[in-house]
Amino acid sequence: MIHPNKKRLRRSMMFLNCQKPGLIKDPYIYGPDSIMLDLEDAVAENQKDAARFSLFHALKEIDYHGVERVVRINGLDTPHWKEDIRVCVAGGADTIRIAKTESAADVRTVEEDVLAAEREFSRPEGSTLLMAALESCLGVLNALEICRSSERLIGIALSGGDYTKDLQTTITGTGDELMGARQHMIMAARAAKVQCWDTVFTNLDDMEGFAEETRLIKRMGFDGKSLVNPRQIAVVHEIFTPSEKEVIFAEKVVREIDEKKARGIGVFTVDGKMIDIAFYDGAKRTLAMAKAAGRYKGDL
Amino acid sequence: MEIKKTAVAGTLESSDAQVTVEPGSDGIELLVESSVIHQYGRRIREVVLETLERLGVKNARVAVLDKGALDCTLKARVECAVYRSNGMNENLPWGGVIR
Repeated sequence: MIHPNKKRLRRSMMFLNCQKPGLIKDPYIYGPDSIMLDLEDAVAENQKDAARFSLFHALKEIDYHGVERVVRINGLDTPHWKEDIRVCVAGGADTIRIAKTESAADVRTVEEDVLAAEREFSRPEGSTLLMAALESCLGVLNALEICRSSERLIGIALSGGDYTKDLQTTITGTGDELMGARQHMIMAARAAKVQCWDTVFTNLDDMEGFAEETRLIKRMGFDGKSLVNPRQIAVVHEIFTPSEKEVIFAEKVVREIDEKKARGIGVFTVDGKMIDIAFYDGAKRTLAMAKAAGRYKGDL
Repeated sequence: MEIKKTAVAGTLESSDAQVTVEPGSDGIELLVESSVIHQYGRRIREVVLETLERLGVKNARVAVLDKGALDCTLKARVECAVYRSNGMNENLPWGGVIR
């Protein structure tokens, strides 16, 4: 059975350092769709144990008001990932983000331990979802097999810093160096019917550049973006939520196609635009996203 | 559990607490310093003592420097310090004595 939250709205996924109690105690007030509680890069090597204790009690005791609780675990090339999985599952994390994923086998390795932990801690089997961060050229090239690796997998996320390092270049701000990975990943995700998220934008003084990059990845088809600061949330939500005008048009398209189909008419115009059945799924998707974001209350 | 060696967990940042545990021989000796000692001193002591009891720590010298930590943070720091004093960081009893 497909997990009911597999396709939930994930426009904004905000990173938070598990080592910092002040950061993880109330991030829901900023209204992200998901938080990503980080056990990996943000946590110093000698504080991994402390971060796990903080994570466990935060998951058990803090009410995050429906915000999805994703935990980024340490990579499979470290001694930490097995205990990371145990604490995530015992605490009841919604989703585990696998760092440095390079193959379907990596996802299955994590999945085996997650299942074992669900049995150990009496959690429903299959209740813990997975997402994969692609951080290398090999990971990006294997995007399709990764997307198809597990029923638990909700999607893939680009990790631009490590990826550009592997590509032997740097983040330039133009997006040129990320274009191939972005295009490849979004196609793989769509082919496998999972979600896809863009990398973080770390220059907090350049909010216009951030908005421009967010508009770009929206046009490319991404579902959302990883974030490093609460200030970025509203920008992403505005760009990723259908406007009132788009919602009204999508509603008209769906109603007209349903009605014309019944009358045997295949092509017609709505507000001066030629419409046929090919527009149906897109219009439905616009309405579904607007509904999930609280901007559409209709019944289509 | 026995406190085998001195161990520290946590920081002096806002919303955190720094907990130090040392081997002891005469029950629990607890010292608490907090900027909110008058409002929450009793509660901090309760949380720390309950956590130590759950972990089965009978003898220890414990110092807590609190910077406005929530209960869940205090528990996390005490547990971390106790497990560090035993050199344990794998296969921990999540949901058992850690809860």
